Amino acid sequence: MSALATFSRNKAGMAGAIVLLLFTLIAVFADFISPGDPWRMAGMPNLPPFQGGFLFGTDQLGRDVAAGVVHGARVSLVVGLVSTLFSIVVGVVVGSVAGYFSGFVDDVLMRVTELFQTIPSFMLAIVLVAIFSPSLVSIICAIAVVSWPPVARLVRAEFLSLRTRDFVKAARVGGHSHLNIIFRQILPNTLSPVIVMASLMVATAILLESGLSFLGLGDGNYMSWGFMVGAGRTMIRNAWWLSTIPGLAIFLTVLALNLFGQGLSDLMNPRLARRRQG
Amino acid sequence: MLAKFIFMRFVKALAVLLAVTVFSFILVRAAPGDPATVLAGEQGAVDAEFLDRVRARYGLDRPLPEQLVLYVSRVATLDFGVSYRFNRPVIDLIAERLPATLILTMSAFLIALVAGVAMGVFSARHVGKWQDLAITMMALLFFALPLFWIGLMGILVFSVWLGWLPAFGMAQLGSSWGKPGYVLDVLHHLILPATTLALVYLATYARMTRSSILEVMNLDFVRSARAKGLPQRRIWTHHILKNAILPIITLASLQAGHLVGGAVLTETVFAWPGIGRLAFDALLQRDYNLLLAVFIIASALVVLFNFIADILYSVVDPRIESVS
Repeated sequence: MSALATFSRNKAGMAGAIVLLLFTLIAVFADFISPGDPWRMAGMPNLPPFQGGFLFGTDQLGRDVAAGVVHGARVSLVVGLVSTLFSIVVGVVVGSVAGYFSGFVDDVLMRVTELFQTIPSFMLAIVLVAIFSPSLVSIICAIAVVSWPPVARLVRAEFLSLRTRDFVKAARVGGHSHLNIIFRQILPNTLSPVIVMASLMVATAILLESGLSFLGLGDGNYMSWGFMVGAGRTMIRNAWWLSTIPGLAIFLTVLALNLFGQGLSDLMNPRLARRRQG
Repeated sequence: MLAKFIFMRFVKALAVLLAVTVFSFILVRAAPGDPATVLAGEQGAVDAEFLDRVRARYGLDRPLPEQLVLYVSRVATLDFGVSYRFNRPVIDLIAERLPATLILTMSAFLIALVAGVAMGVFSARHVGKWQDLAITMMALLFFALPLFWIGLMGILVFSVWLGWLPAFGMAQLGSSWGKPGYVLDVLHHLILPATTLALVYLATYARMTRSSILEVMNLDFVRSARAKGLPQRRIWTHHILKNAILPIITLASLQAGHLVGGAVLTETVFAWPGIGRLAFDALLQRDYNLLLAVFIIASALVVLFNFIADILYSVVDPRIESVS
């Protein structure tokens, strides 16, 4: 059976994939779904949902909440994907070098990895973004800086178990360079757990980004869900929808990513999936 | 053996703290603009004479290695300078707020641990049945919650709509330590923030406990215990749980950092007067010197938690000493 067919039988994973697809479409076509600047005043301030023709109402400055949710999907998904990509690259390089060469190199790299795992990651992200001033670039870099250690550990463990296999020995005898063995021979064999981890990391990255922009460390040029929750915070008594709705969007996206990641994991590791089900 | 193990872990903890300090020194230097303005905690609007004083105080006119040594030795003596916005020594500000953060994180940790492990055990005992499925789904939902948002939702439901719990602060206005009812008052204020902070970790503990128990349950020594007719309760407490608890201690140690980081969001949402809220205030006022000090102290807190977990681990599992 093809992988796609197997995956499609996983109901939770499929539900996650569908919600993700929906949010991706919203992000891609944001300018068509909700034309114009989401920051502009669109109507009377503090309208509850469904009033005055606004699906999710308006905020204290008369901005359309629905427009904010639509455009906010962009920031969440872009930051989630790009920062995960960066942390995967860093994690793969560190993990494969440590696992392949082992010994002293491994020791040093693993101490650094442990250090990054000990430092409270959200605090570190706050400090980085604050000091380098908030922008999409600084947010993405900060999230990548705090997220790579688990990837490095995973890749390292895979390399440690693969480096003594016969095909690696054969490649070494065949005179292949270290670089070639690492990237062409061993790395492809470690990809499936890395892909599973990546899908879950996107979820964590989106939570981190929303937390940062909630604290006011978002990029002021782009509407984001965390910013909306933070901006509506002081209005919680009078205008519950301002914080509730964008937060719900974060929650759904993260939940969908987790379900999708779990589905991927089951697909790539069916034995483990059966054990998990008891 | 144990003493040596503890000593080694202590050295490691110190090394981590040193690295964090050097790291924050690098951050001050790498920040765009004049590091003196970063240390002064006032981006932009400061007069030249004041900046000169800051430069002299932090030795910014001297060579870099010397500056680094000066910075590290200051931090080692808990001298983080003065917050010019609060007009008080940074360490005083932190010391004043540390207890609130400890109360919050420890309560959240206990709630997450007790409820999470209970849920995990319950789930494992009903594996494959609807109870198991319900708990797995609940964990999945909790796991996807943005901390700051669920805190706000808690305020909305339990404070605004139902009026059961206070929405912010640590105690009623005018209430203070020693006055009658103070402890109850704090507990009342603690319920929402502690539960909020606990939710995400609770899910992780539930999942970890469940899978850990399922793994141990089928091992030979449990089968032997069953075969020799030990009572169920004893098998669970002395055989299964005792072994299944090990990965949970590791998890608790790994999550200490998240707990402290999560405290920033929780304290901001609930105006809880801890160091997380202090970090938020520092952010608002661009007092980066104060922010870095909170960062260093928060890291120290995590290092301390990890240290305790390491020792606990070696007590619960005597094998660990020989391995490490």
